Amino acid sequence: MKFSFSPEQEEFRGAVRRFLADRSPTKEVRRLMATEAGWDTAGWKALNSELGLCAVRIPEAFGGHGFGFGEHCIVLEEMGRALACAPYFASTVLGAGALLNGASAAQQAALLPGIASGDTVATLAAAEDRGGWNANATTLAATKSGTGWRLNGHKSFVLDGHTADLIVVLARAPGSTGTAGLSLFAVRGHAAGLGRRALATMDATRKLARLEFADVDAQLLGDEGAGAAAFERTMVEAAACLSNEMVGGAARLREDALAYAKMRIQFGRPIAAFQSMKHKQADMLLEVELAKSAAYYAAAALDDGDADAPAVASLAKAGASDAYLQTAIHAIQVHGGIGFTWDHDTHLWFKRAKSSEVMFGDANEHRERMLRLWAA
Amino acid sequence: MSEANESAVRAEVRAWLEANWDPSLSLIEWRNRLVDSGWGAPSWPRQWHGRDLPAGLVPAVDEEFARAGAVGVAKVGIRVMAAAVLLAHGTDDQKRRFLRRSLTGEDAWCQLFSEPGSGSDVAGASTRADFDGTKWIVNGQKLWISGAQKADWGLLLARTDWNRPKHAGLSFFVIDMHQPGVVVQPLQQMNGHSTFNQVFITDAIVPPENQVDAIGNGWAVATTTLMHERRISDGIGRWTMRASERAGRVYEEERVEIEIALAPYKWYPNRAGRVDLVLPRAKETGAIHDPVIRQEIAKLLVLAKSAEWTGRRARSAQEQGRPQGPEGSIGKLAASHIARAAARVHTAISGADALLTGPASPLDGTIAEILVSVPATSIAGGTDEIQRNIISERVLGMPREADADKGKPYKDVPRNVVG
Repeated sequence: MKFSFSPEQEEFRGAVRRFLADRSPTKEVRRLMATEAGWDTAGWKALNSELGLCAVRIPEAFGGHGFGFGEHCIVLEEMGRALACAPYFASTVLGAGALLNGASAAQQAALLPGIASGDTVATLAAAEDRGGWNANATTLAATKSGTGWRLNGHKSFVLDGHTADLIVVLARAPGSTGTAGLSLFAVRGHAAGLGRRALATMDATRKLARLEFADVDAQLLGDEGAGAAAFERTMVEAAACLSNEMVGGAARLREDALAYAKMRIQFGRPIAAFQSMKHKQADMLLEVELAKSAAYYAAAALDDGDADAPAVASLAKAGASDAYLQTAIHAIQVHGGIGFTWDHDTHLWFKRAKSSEVMFGDANEHRERMLRLWAA
Repeated sequence: MSEANESAVRAEVRAWLEANWDPSLSLIEWRNRLVDSGWGAPSWPRQWHGRDLPAGLVPAVDEEFARAGAVGVAKVGIRVMAAAVLLAHGTDDQKRRFLRRSLTGEDAWCQLFSEPGSGSDVAGASTRADFDGTKWIVNGQKLWISGAQKADWGLLLARTDWNRPKHAGLSFFVIDMHQPGVVVQPLQQMNGHSTFNQVFITDAIVPPENQVDAIGNGWAVATTTLMHERRISDGIGRWTMRASERAGRVYEEERVEIEIALAPYKWYPNRAGRVDLVLPRAKETGAIHDPVIRQEIAKLLVLAKSAEWTGRRARSAQEQGRPQGPEGSIGKLAASHIARAAARVHTAISGADALLTGPASPLDGTIAEILVSVPATSIAGGTDEIQRNIISERVLGMPREADADKGKPYKDVPRNVVG
């Protein structure tokens, strides 16, 4: 288990950070979050042509760079820091992740190179109106139709679901219950019978969609009935990856609040000179650094193939959920009234903290998952 | 350092131990032999019982001692800090008189810094040392002194000049604890243990040759001592050290030495909250099935694991020779949070049994002891509030707290009245 980044990794982080500082200032975040798509082709292309970021964790055999979660999570942390508006998490963590965990080698060879180059934007559709990200709650029906499959039902809370080219869908065989009878399917974004509607989300920097399936043509991924395990694995990875994205945002909030406290003068001195501010900043540092350690550890556990990775990923998600939101609350408080305005940027991260807290299960849910693994 | 160098050192240690290690000697006889050889404190100068070895090679020497089962120099108690501080700041005469007997364990030491009137503000000491023309006369009261009853010598921080500002008026001395002017009284803590003492000093005498470093330079010497204290308590863990269980006179005597030194610290693991006991207790009591308690347990584990990995991040950076990031500064504050959270969880798990204490209470009284020991964690070795000041000022670069006593002659600074 590694507990620090190599010089090469630090260099990579620096390159990503510079790129995002240049390409994704909050002015650009605000422009993109006001669009229905939530991202644009020019920025997405630059992400891939200049740094090849979508390829990071995709194996070299499938057009990727073959790095691990360590490197992938560096990108995600920096994206969380910059609040970059791009379908990166959806495509590389969820879409590519589900394919790597559930598709056959031939399917991976066919589908992953497009994701690696950024030409294909993928996502994963699992949650529905009810039940969150629990596979058990899946109702979307998959029925055989000649050599292919037909999907009927709905999905919701699908990350970038209204703009993705390729949607991996968790569906169930009619009459099955629980985690049995679940399979993963690939659906084209423009498939006939697929209705896609962007949801009005509180966090405008993270677009979600509701999808209606009416006899939509689908390709079975991997083996029939093997969807639950692949989906669960993808959710473990998503929890670890999102934790890293979250600690990036939390660190940025903390640093911005500190800079503001040093600059803002009240009662004839910088508010940073007040002990209540100093102690709050010390507490913020504690919370952010603890959450970082867990997020980094979770990424390393996945790379090491550690059997404890699912528990550790849940631990990291629980820690990051609490720390990010708490940091955002503190950050607004440090800024005072200006921090509650639309024009000030802090609320953009506050809302990302909120959406991240809930996405893939909140802190309570992940604490329970962790404890089930560690204490039955 | 090269590997060749390390293997040469290992070979040399091994050869010396083969020729000299003898578990039938008395502890003091053996340690005198060890001190003569320089292998007891290998990173020290040759002139002072060492071998001028780079600090990086010391672990190799320790490993060779462990392999041979050989006992080292005395490593428990304040004597370790006393030796380090005298090596750095003492006169040759002081080194001659004190170093050997600290290494052999013949002399025991205590550290007379904190006072009833100066806790977080240690430099605000008001114990006074006045020179009467031939000797220093010391008057005052010291507090939180561990090992004072058994100490032969004390490292004393005292005020020698009341007209100078706080830090500049302090001087550092070695005081003989065996004199009528020094009275030691144990202090009982809220958990019933007595780890610390009060030391009342009335017209006690310090000869001029026991003055350490220059008059007015006491704060710098005290800072060296505290630095060593941090390193020692971070490193070997004074209260968890174990003696060898082998037979032989030298082993038996070392076991006694360690047992006596560690006895006052028996409760220390419990003040950290004993996170290790949480899951076994929850299963044993059935509390593991309570969804509310499960959440509390999980919150504690998230905190404790995250803090453990944060410590490993900090150490990993250090091992690679890179400066620690801010993660290296939060361990003590995290430990306080963990201890408090653990006490809450232990209470929830125990239910009504948390009302009890003593052998008939859960885990033979351990849970009760945890509950009444945890408050020490956020105070001892720097309160949480001081930790937050240090983090915000030194790590985050926020403005320093205003010192109301800055630049003022100490005699004019408001102080606690201790009576």
